[in-house]
Amino acid sequence: MTGWRRKLQQLASWCREAFRGSGGLKVIVAKELADHFSSTRMSILFSLVAAACLSALYVGALTIRETVGEQDTAYVFLRLFTTGGSSLPSFISFMSFLGPLLGLALGFDAINGEYHRRTLGRLLSQPIYRDDVINGKFLAGIIVLATMIVALGLLVAGLGLVMIGVPPRGEELARMLLYLLVTLVYVSFWLSASLFFSLLFRQTATSALAGVATWLFFAIFEPMLAGIVADGLFPAPEDAPAVQQLRNAVVRQNLSRLSPTVLYDEATVTLLNPGVRTLGPVMVQQLSGAIPGFLPLGQSLLLIWPHVVGLLAMTMLIFALAYYFFMHQEIRTS
Amino acid sequence: MGARRPIIVTENLTKQYGQVTAVKNLNLEIYEGEIFGLLGPNGAGKTTTILMLLGLTEPTAGRALVAGLDPTRNPLAVKRIVGYLPDNVGFYDDLTARENLLYTARLNRLPREEGQRRVEAALEQVGLGAHADRRVREFSRGMRQRLGIADIIVKDPRIIILDEPTLGIDPEGIRELLGLISRFSREEGKTILISSHLLHQVQQVCDRVGIFVNGSLLAAGPIESLGRQIMAGKPLEIELQVEPLFGEVLSLLASLEGVEKVEKQGPYIRLRCAKGKDIRPRLTGLLAERGISLLHLRARGYDLDDIYLEYFQGEGRI
Repeated sequence: MTGWRRKLQQLASWCREAFRGSGGLKVIVAKELADHFSSTRMSILFSLVAAACLSALYVGALTIRETVGEQDTAYVFLRLFTTGGSSLPSFISFMSFLGPLLGLALGFDAINGEYHRRTLGRLLSQPIYRDDVINGKFLAGIIVLATMIVALGLLVAGLGLVMIGVPPRGEELARMLLYLLVTLVYVSFWLSASLFFSLLFRQTATSALAGVATWLFFAIFEPMLAGIVADGLFPAPEDAPAVQQLRNAVVRQNLSRLSPTVLYDEATVTLLNPGVRTLGPVMVQQLSGAIPGFLPLGQSLLLIWPHVVGLLAMTMLIFALAYYFFMHQEIRTS
Repeated sequence: MGARRPIIVTENLTKQYGQVTAVKNLNLEIYEGEIFGLLGPNGAGKTTTILMLLGLTEPTAGRALVAGLDPTRNPLAVKRIVGYLPDNVGFYDDLTARENLLYTARLNRLPREEGQRRVEAALEQVGLGAHADRRVREFSRGMRQRLGIADIIVKDPRIIILDEPTLGIDPEGIRELLGLISRFSREEGKTILISSHLLHQVQQVCDRVGIFVNGSLLAAGPIESLGRQIMAGKPLEIELQVEPLFGEVLSLLASLEGVEKVEKQGPYIRLRCAKGKDIRPRLTGLLAERGISLLHLRARGYDLDDIYLEYFQGEGRI
């Protein structure tokens, strides 16, 4: 009677010990947040992205004011984000291009910086779990990114409101918030990638370069590569049969979707432009008889659901890899 | 010391990195309240041993027990009672000394006020009170080392592990540091493990030392008994300085019974006795008879330097 009771108590206390955590996570997150917010690096980056996005907004708003009479006025508020001018690209293309830089800049020296300063040994000899360190750094990075993205998004929305004077409808607001959320996931992907590089390479400069290289590869070269591979597998000259051309297009698109940048671009365009009804190739027959119109939010979400899941999965995968490496790495400094 | 019980025990502790064996079947006992010096050349496996004691590296075989706890299974409980000053300690350069220590206090889940109190006290104790609000990037090597000690004081652990604490600081700094260390042991009853390859410095404060070469512990014990252990079965070597020193002295010494070899080295004369013989009792009388005064006499092999050299030259064959 007392025997199993004691066993039960032991089990309970073991569970408490195992799941309670050390409390180290909170402390590390707080410290990393303070570091990020007071760092020069952060202010430079934020200024860069803010300047780019605000100028995009300004040009976009001017374009909208010029053309608003010619087009219909539906979803004018969302067009603030997607409209560029002749001289500047739109807000979303800036975000898609510069967002990775934010994530990379926050993480590229996360772990090897600690090695470099020789603080890791001292940090890990405190009564905290080892994974508190990497979890704390990731979490703090996400909080900083979320703060920046939401601040930027709301800033643009507010200024845009002043400039074009058309208040957003509920659906437009929802679409904008979802867009910010997807952006956060996308930027977190780059944060986890840079964390991973900071574990892989002992030199901070190397890991920063590796991050930038990966970013350029996915943003520019991967889609090109997808085209080359598709052309090689299913050559589609002008006079090729439609089936062949369709195959070529589908393969090209699916291959290019291996890049998180492509996934993000497709997802955000669909979110912010309700006029986007499909992301794949469309046959002329399919279009005949179709009534052009806007997709409701639910349908747009359905369209990009795989994209969002894919982005999340990539983020998780890279973070899991980083986590694994960190837990198995020797902490010897020399 | 009364009834001494070991607080750190290792049982056949072994660590392999691929083909390389960093630590081989280490059996070590460190008693509560003593200062133990782990001495050995660079790359002997000292740091690896320490990391295993802290649960920061998993042993390949064998186990360690720190205050009865296995650091591999229960790292948090071990890390709560052990303070560790790593080799070449680092701090967050952009934070001030005080902020760095407060971070440690928070990681140890000290209540806010208690943490602040301990940080102030620790900074005073190591003589950094006036520099508390300076950024660590401006600190010299010696100041960083002292800040590292303050870091441990804030944690107030039962066991303190110092990895090469005297490396790269000036003699005055070393003296202060060792003073602090022996105070911890004498006044607060802390157990202290110092790893070092600089024996002179550590010799002064250690109760016991262990000689650690190529991953194996060659000998452990108080310094005097280590000398006897090593010199047992070896011919006695005597180093002496006499005045006046003329050629005859050498031949006189060589003619003594039991002397195997005499040679002159600078101002010193070196005598090697035959195995098992000790001519020292007869030496002074002999010299006095001839009106030669003895300035210096030393039997080699009884201080750490000789022990150390003997071990390293012997590549651990002893």
